[in-house]
Amino acid sequence: MINEAKIIWQNGKQYIPDLKNVQLKAPFRGRPIITTAKVDEQALADLCPLGAIKTNPVSLDMGKCAFCGECALAFPEKIKFTQDYKIATNTRENLIIKEGDYKPVKIDKSKIRKSIKSIFNKSLKLRQVSAGGDNSCEMELSATGNPNFDIGRYGISFTASPRHADGIIVTGPISENMAGPLRIAYDAIPEPKIFVLCGIDAISGGIFADSKALDRSVLKNIKVDLYIPGNPSHPLTIINGILDLTRDKW
Amino acid sequence: MSRLPNLLRIKNNQSIDLGKIENLTYADFYALAIDLLKDDDKHCTNYFAYPYKDGLQFIMAIADDVHQDIIILSHILKGTDKQELKALTKENFALHIFEREIYENYGVYFTGHPWLKPLRFAHDRALKEIQINDYPFYKIKSEELHEVGVGPIHAGIIEPGHFRFICNGENVLHLEIQLGWQHRGIEKLILDKENLLQRTILAESIAGDTVIGHTLAFVQIMESLSNKKVDEQIHIERSLALELERIAIHIGDISALCVDAAYYLGANLFGVLRTPIINFLQLWSGNRFGKSLIRPGGTNYPFTDDLKQELWQILDNFEQKFEEIAYIVYRLPSIQNRFDFVGTVTKKQAKLIGTVGLSARMSDIKRDIRMTHPNIAYKKFPYETVTVKKGDVFARFLLKKKEIRHSIAWIRNVLSSFDFNSKKKQKPNYNLNFKANSLSISLVEGWRGEICHCALTNEDGNLQYYKIKDPSMHNWKALELSLRNVEISDFPINNKSYNLSYCGHDL
Repeated sequence: MINEAKIIWQNGKQYIPDLKNVQLKAPFRGRPIITTAKVDEQALADLCPLGAIKTNPVSLDMGKCAFCGECALAFPEKIKFTQDYKIATNTRENLIIKEGDYKPVKIDKSKIRKSIKSIFNKSLKLRQVSAGGDNSCEMELSATGNPNFDIGRYGISFTASPRHADGIIVTGPISENMAGPLRIAYDAIPEPKIFVLCGIDAISGGIFADSKALDRSVLKNIKVDLYIPGNPSHPLTIINGILDLTRDKW
Repeated sequence: MSRLPNLLRIKNNQSIDLGKIENLTYADFYALAIDLLKDDDKHCTNYFAYPYKDGLQFIMAIADDVHQDIIILSHILKGTDKQELKALTKENFALHIFEREIYENYGVYFTGHPWLKPLRFAHDRALKEIQINDYPFYKIKSEELHEVGVGPIHAGIIEPGHFRFICNGENVLHLEIQLGWQHRGIEKLILDKENLLQRTILAESIAGDTVIGHTLAFVQIMESLSNKKVDEQIHIERSLALELERIAIHIGDISALCVDAAYYLGANLFGVLRTPIINFLQLWSGNRFGKSLIRPGGTNYPFTDDLKQELWQILDNFEQKFEEIAYIVYRLPSIQNRFDFVGTVTKKQAKLIGTVGLSARMSDIKRDIRMTHPNIAYKKFPYETVTVKKGDVFARFLLKKKEIRHSIAWIRNVLSSFDFNSKKKQKPNYNLNFKANSLSISLVEGWRGEICHCALTNEDGNLQYYKIKDPSMHNWKALELSLRNVEISDFPINNKSYNLSYCGHDL
């Protein structure tokens, strides 16, 4: 008993007090910025393994970007990855970073459904569904609840059943075999509910976008409330995204 | 057998001309494979078929732990032949999973196979009659017994799979695990995407918890097929990352097991220790799982002196805290009571089903690719493997602790005796040209066990087939056996003690 108490004492506080302002170090790749420097745009776009970069003007879609960093290594004067991890947003367009746009990624408040802030602003229970996910986003979602990030302090946690949940958070490109179970889980959640896509696989299919083994048709009739980019999404990105969506202040 | 052919043997990460592979008749192949696999020092690391002319060529790779090489056997089934073969599984149970895969993908029927069922419901399978919701589970007719179905979606943040228990009250008599829900068509995509960077990113996504393990196997194959020589330092850096990945996952598993034994002090303190290790990978490569670190032909993120200093410090800190809490947890009666004698897989059973990696070593089988088929890094810095005897949940719990210690010792040995030169910069090369008509095999001991990738090129030097085997392919059977005569409430500790991959299996 004394030994246990000693260890607890020595370990001290493990949680990160301010999750909004953690200084991550390079080479961590967060929000990219694209300068107005002139480069061979086609070569840049061709380089991107996920087709996330478009030309004229140059833009980068974080919903597709695997954050492999190859573009920034080949064209350092054109693309840089900052360490800004607050990149989750509620519209698909906001994930697209444009040339010369250095502003942080924001949540479009006018597009948030009213029920979200009034109902989920103090407590949010999410059901996680992995639909072809590679287990990295899943592990990062688990990590949001660990003693360092401790998302539980905000009344947010993951439930064992969709019946107990306020919403669903999907990882993975949605394999054909999981499309049915995902729909069943979504329908089992009582209204009002929120729907979150976590990781580039879920947002766009990621590297699997061309695979014939996917069935993303389930997304057609569901309104997405939050897109959390990353490959996998960093726990800080996930936490900031969810809290910015559901609360004015936190 | 009419005659004994000279066995074709290749080393790990070597490639050979496809023309050198002798195609045996199926009768000879059958007899030879069964005969070779009787030996305890040999096991089948991969057995697959691929479209060849108008039929199929079957390739079996048998790892020979004594000679430290891989024996290649092959036979051909012409399209005009009857698509039916005698099941090897009848005489060597460990091969059941491979025959099921071939049956599902190509419709070749294996007579005498005890349960020739679909494996992963791949999108491009030949066997389309059975859908994923109609899987033919094993049934026992009885008034007294009941079935419990769990999944595909589970209660936690975990990948999907369906578990079907047959229970007598609280006791599980039988468990059958049905996978395939995660199937993304990754092997097909690797062939379809011709850009090597895209292929590397696919390899990183085979199993996101084994990024280093699978990507290492992938790049070793790519370098072998293109005769690309990589600095010794890069080989060593990659294996450093492999050991860090092992430490991070093992400590996470130990923490998760403490949760299930309701010992939250252990759960939290072990959980906290995972963070510095994966954050180190982030400091090194920019990603907590090491995505973008392993690249064919070189690296974008060399192991600098600063990183070396940092790693020394992290390990010192880690080890002190780890030993402190482990000293308490591993002696705790409540933990021992929960884990001891639960979910035992005996050595005999483990050999029968052909477990690999941690799942073999928990039952006193010394099976470790780092030791028996070492790559350049483990040749220079040998790794001594560690086993435990009992094969129960506590054995797996204990083995994870021991492996963490061994990995730390190995990393320390490398850091103190290898002269890292951070000025050496060998950049990745995404324009490798492959040798035509070649076969290459790479084995890597990931944290779960033996990862095996095989690639074949055609006469133009393009990839014509890519086969991935995650250790989970073998080891899911061990989890099924663990549950026999165990209370159903002990399923979570058994499942977590294995922590097998769904997506690695489903591909």
